Amino acid sequence: MTFENAETLSQNKEALSACKALLYQLADDDFLLAYRGSEWLGLAPHIEEDVAFSSISQDTMGHAVMFYQLLEELGEGEADRISHLRTPAEFRNAILLEMKNGEGSYVEKPDYDWAFAVVRNLFYDYAKMIRLQSLKSSSYEPLAHMARRIISEEYYHLMHWEMWFRQLMTSTPEARERMEQAIRRVWSDFGGVLTTGPEGKQIAAAGLMESEEVLTERWIQKVSAILNETGFQPEGEPGMKSGNGRTGEHTEDLTEALAILSEVYRKDPAAQW
Amino acid sequence: MVLELTRDLSYEEKYERFMERIEAGERIEADDWMPDDYREALIRLISMHAVSEIMGALPEKEWTPKAPTLHRKLAIMAKVQDEMGHGQLLLRVAEDLMKPLGKNREDIMQDLFSGRLKFHNVFHMKAPTWGDAGIIAWLVDGAAIITQSMSLNSSYGPYARALQRICAEEVFHAQHGESIILALAEGTEEQRSMLQKSLTEWWPALLMFFGPKSKENVGKSHVNKNIKYKIRTKTNEDLRQEFFNKYIPRIKSIGLEIPDKTIHFDEEKGEWVYEQPDWNEFKKIVTGHGPMSEQRLSLRRDSYQNTRWVRDALASRGKEA
Ligand SMILES: [Fe+2]
Ligand SMILES: [Fe+2]
Repeated sequence: MTFENAETLSQNKEALSACKALLYQLADDDFLLAYRGSEWLGLAPHIEEDVAFSSISQDTMGHAVMFYQLLEELGEGEADRISHLRTPAEFRNAILLEMKNGEGSYVEKPDYDWAFAVVRNLFYDYAKMIRLQSLKSSSYEPLAHMARRIISEEYYHLMHWEMWFRQLMTSTPEARERMEQAIRRVWSDFGGVLTTGPEGKQIAAAGLMESEEVLTERWIQKVSAILNETGFQPEGEPGMKSGNGRTGEHTEDLTEALAILSEVYRKDPAAQW
Repeated sequence: MVLELTRDLSYEEKYERFMERIEAGERIEADDWMPDDYREALIRLISMHAVSEIMGALPEKEWTPKAPTLHRKLAIMAKVQDEMGHGQLLLRVAEDLMKPLGKNREDIMQDLFSGRLKFHNVFHMKAPTWGDAGIIAWLVDGAAIITQSMSLNSSYGPYARALQRICAEEVFHAQHGESIILALAEGTEEQRSMLQKSLTEWWPALLMFFGPKSKENVGKSHVNKNIKYKIRTKTNEDLRQEFFNKYIPRIKSIGLEIPDKTIHFDEEKGEWVYEQPDWNEFKKIVTGHGPMSEQRLSLRRDSYQNTRWVRDALASRGKEA
């Protein structure tokens, strides 16, 4: 089963709705994490990292835009409206990705946690890469095509966060302590990234992406490798401590983030900006 | 090579040779002999330029997530990344110059935090609306292109080469700004008035950006020395006039009003005559008493403190290796 374009996909109602569900997850995940990344600008540990991290966030925002454009092609409305006018409950990103970088705001008294940034980004990029590899043979060809384009940028992101992870896990006791704390925190909510939501079965059945179980297994392998290498293992399975964003459950952090992201657009959504 | 030749020369002779090279339009490189005041002038200029790029990303950072559309979000993210890249590039040029003095990047950062190292007046200003994000990219970057272009042939090679890359990127920034401005100028009543308000507020700061006309306005100035050493080629006033030539017609053509009723081109003098901004205000701003000076500096200072453990961790690995 393959769907060459939006038109052929639209003839299969079940596949169409599964595809939309998947695209909202992919787009919203990237949109929120790119936003959190952009809040770090000027605040990273050194200027070289400011440059590198802002380049990564920009790529990630670019990926979100591509996914929103696919949704636009599927009749969900203009990409700008989809990204700026939905209510928090309509977002399908994992809660882990909407969480603040730390205390304070991005323009006033930020007390951001670099260990959390490193672990959240690395673990997410592993999951994203695994999804993208699977999407390369998606039944929806425009999505498969897009996955191939994104993968080439993802290699660099992964290398970047792996380097940070290894360095901070094997340096001072303080860094180690902060990293272990960050791993526990990310672990306790990473189930929310791995789940493909209530539509997961239909997504796999339509051949859009492999099943949640298969992808989770691959992710565990990938993460275990770097954890073993650096000698740390969080307890239990990745959890969903803060809730399941794939069902529209979210925190105040998302409400605040969306208010900022759409502040100007909402002044006049009909205007040209 | 040059070092070898000049080893046994007296200071005066070295200086004479150096000035001959400057006069001949030769490029001075990092390892070449140079008089102390040339080195000092470069360090002052380039470290100020570097921190201005870094601090300059902060007002736009305020608007990065708020940029109204996906397209604008991507464009402004690309721009602030470039600005950080400019800061990095220039920091490296400054660091090389400081090495013989036993100083490094940490000194630049500490000087910034203590207020000894100043950054451009425009980055002390508030940017309360999206119109400001447009004005910054269009006119502040436009003004920066004018000042930086004059040093593209700077006598100091590493600075000239850094500027070549920087100016090429600045052109895209100004285009991005112009595109925001045009959308607002052709937009709704509310968009137009937001834009006019931004221009009105930024106008004095834009005039100040080039610095005072002569030193009577603010006391000591390094312009003459920098010209003698061919680090720069034009005076502050030359640059401001260039800015007027380029932007006044454009500002008028999109129907905006310049908040200076007296401004006009004097055919006889061959220059723009305009109302002077308040240079006392300028002095206050650049010495760290502008509307946003403290907030932006503390943003930088606090985060530098918050991530100290990361730099310590990296340094500890450096020692092992
Ligand atoms: Fe710049
Ligand atoms: Fe710029």
